[in-house]
Amino acid sequence: MKKVLLFVLITATMVSFYSCNKSSEAPEAKAATPKEPVEFIINNGAEPESLDPNKIEGVPEHRIYMALFEGLVAYDPKSGRAVPGMAESWDITNGGKTYTFHLRDAVWSDGVKITAQTFVDSWLRECNPETASPYSWFPAMFIEGADAYVNGEAGPEAVNIKAVDDKTFQINLVGPLPYVIDALAHYAFAVVPIHAIEKYGDDWIKPENFVSNGPFVLEEWLPRQQLSVVPNEKYWDRKSVKLDRVIYLSNDDNNTAHNMYLNGEADWNVTVPLDQMDAVQDEPWYVNAPYLGTYYYIIENKTAPFDDVRVRKALTLAIDRETIVKKITKGGQIPAYSMVPDMDGYPVLDDPKSHNFAKDVETAKKLLADAGYAGGAGFPDDVVILYNTSEAHKKIAEFIQEQWKQNLGINVTLQNMEWATYLQQRREHNFTVARAGWIGDYPDPNTFLDMFLAPESLDGAWGGNDGRYDNPKYDALIEKAATMEAGAARFSTLKEAEKYFITEDQGVLPIYFYTSNNLIDMDKWGGWYPNVMDNHPPKTIYLK
Amino acid sequence: MKRYLLKSFLGMILTLFITITLTFFIVRAAPGGPFDRERVLPPAVQANIEAKYHLNDPLIKQYIDYMTDIIFRFDLGDSFTYNDHDVNYYIATSLPHSMLLGFISLTLATVMGVGVGIISALKQNRWPDYTAMSVAVIGISVPLFVIGPLLMYVLALKLKWLPTSGWINGRNGWVTLIMPVITLSFPYFARIARLGRASVLEVLKSDYIRTARAKGLSSAVIVFKHVLKGSLLPVVSYLGPAFAAIMTGSVVVEQIFRVPGMGTYFVKSALNRDYTLLMGAMIVYSIILIVMNFLVDVLYSVLDPRVSYE
Repeated sequence: MKKVLLFVLITATMVSFYSCNKSSEAPEAKAATPKEPVEFIINNGAEPESLDPNKIEGVPEHRIYMALFEGLVAYDPKSGRAVPGMAESWDITNGGKTYTFHLRDAVWSDGVKITAQTFVDSWLRECNPETASPYSWFPAMFIEGADAYVNGEAGPEAVNIKAVDDKTFQINLVGPLPYVIDALAHYAFAVVPIHAIEKYGDDWIKPENFVSNGPFVLEEWLPRQQLSVVPNEKYWDRKSVKLDRVIYLSNDDNNTAHNMYLNGEADWNVTVPLDQMDAVQDEPWYVNAPYLGTYYYIIENKTAPFDDVRVRKALTLAIDRETIVKKITKGGQIPAYSMVPDMDGYPVLDDPKSHNFAKDVETAKKLLADAGYAGGAGFPDDVVILYNTSEAHKKIAEFIQEQWKQNLGINVTLQNMEWATYLQQRREHNFTVARAGWIGDYPDPNTFLDMFLAPESLDGAWGGNDGRYDNPKYDALIEKAATMEAGAARFSTLKEAEKYFITEDQGVLPIYFYTSNNLIDMDKWGGWYPNVMDNHPPKTIYLK
Repeated sequence: MKRYLLKSFLGMILTLFITITLTFFIVRAAPGGPFDRERVLPPAVQANIEAKYHLNDPLIKQYIDYMTDIIFRFDLGDSFTYNDHDVNYYIATSLPHSMLLGFISLTLATVMGVGVGIISALKQNRWPDYTAMSVAVIGISVPLFVIGPLLMYVLALKLKWLPTSGWINGRNGWVTLIMPVITLSFPYFARIARLGRASVLEVLKSDYIRTARAKGLSSAVIVFKHVLKGSLLPVVSYLGPAFAAIMTGSVVVEQIFRVPGMGTYFVKSALNRDYTLLMGAMIVYSIILIVMNFLVDVLYSVLDPRVSYE
């Protein structure tokens, strides 16, 4: 009897649940209008954690942000860099420290006007300690007084931004930070619908309450399935928006995503599974481009024998990076011997072409012998390479383990840990060698360098400098560059700093520069361009 | 019987309470926290976030607050990873999908499993038995993450009969159920078939079946009336925990076929140190498990005259 009862109960629950859901299916049925609407389906990776620009922090969320919101500046689809958005133009005064933005006439998707005051309120919401935005440190890095507000040392009045009039928004920076315009495209500087947030509170992100100012508005969000957006009729540049619907699929399985693409169920995949790399190499819809990121190994600089620069040099020279990128990662990655990837006006410090691996190994052997470990004799045998669980990290670590054994006679063991545990080991400097990766926040060398400052140059803690690299000369140069205006002089100061970090001290072991690996048929879809930031605003995408 | 029911109910509440308490402290003892990232947040930003989620309160206060919210408001709190909705929302939107998939899969597995089990036992050591038991061995030994992609490769990529993945409320509708149901029910089917076969064989040798035969009853009556009832007992006791496990979702099947069920939250929240979502999933799972075990006990007394709670 009980079992029958249970059957009935469960069936009833199901039926009521799915009949409730019927209403959400309506938009798809309605879409069958005479002219076939153009849908663009993206395998967007993990389920979005939030839609609120002041709360997001991940890449899948960023892709959705680009559809729904637009800040003072937006992303250019070709270069991935900043172009005018809500601001039509801007003036730079006060030695590069004051920016005055001239806003265009624009409204929210519900018709409410966007003014300079909306920007002031939005940025203050981002910095408000109660919002607890994970990216609040980003405005704090740029805007005068924002740091004090984020830290709770001062109120919102300390933040030096103001609405001069409805259409003029002025900000004052902590210094002449030349990369600020590119940084302003970031969601930490978003404009958010304060009027809707005040009205609905935390529920403003629900589709029925949602208000946005970007090229698209939210249509539907089914958790762990998909999120869809449709054009925003009130968007200032509505005529440039060609797609009728963009669908962001939540997908935790790379192999399924890949099969979906092969089966024509998705139009754009943002990644390729490692074991499919060989299969896609010659396909016209495989798009490979340099990406602003570095894969590297950190070394605990204050633990013997790694406190000896000759040991660190020997370890880095004994790694055959060419083989790693050709045989393991296979995604066109670029061997890296220095920290900062190639950028406009800032070529890589140590050109991979200048390296001859056989010669490097000879030098490495000699350096290790000089340090007192000839042929690996006497080298501690408890050295561990720590990495977070992943097939690619594992293969790379195994290869490097083999290389060090073969070329230097050093035995190391491998240890993988799940993400949070691995991070804690790093933060507590409880490792000797560990895998790391860094994606630039903005296209400027500073984003790859300023995390290696020592505590006395930071706030007394090691911050993200998990390997405890420590050289006052390096710190002085990074701090000097922070006060300099854009130009060759600033770049050469940063380059000098990187020379200390890599050429002199070998503070970390760079392995390769990342590439982006997208699957998209560019003969079918226009307005999508590969770029170094891997930013692809859906605004410009169209069906050819 | 009433006394027994009351006693088990109180026992269930106590078990649940202990489970929640233990889980609460164990998840917090795991290394790392919900807001650790490759990028180190400035201490002030970290403190703001921790204050927002009351992680800066003394642990015992967090515990009391959490228990109060659950007991008096059925509120499982805000997720630490997903900012826009609370844990109740994510469980309410995912559990029915897992339950539907689990329910269909387990029903299929039970019907097929019991059927195949009986046939195997009746045709013991002949070809139907060998075939069925070979399939069952495959079902038990080949993991879901092999069966799932294999099905997808054949049915979706090669034959193009089915879409690769998705769910019934998406664009492809009910056909998306086929592959996840086959994948998920296969190992359960295999276990039930083997259990069923073994227990039918045992029952067939028992005295009361011999008596039934001696009375001159037809084989159909013997099998369906006498053998089936007696031999279902081990299957029923297996179904209890199996039901709980399959209802809360299978992370492998969910990820491969993009089923928006609860299993993935269970695993992801543990990796993300999303304490509240993990606790929520844990509580739902515990409740289902405890209730199912209780129902199995009651069913036993119905099926087996030797078991009585009077």
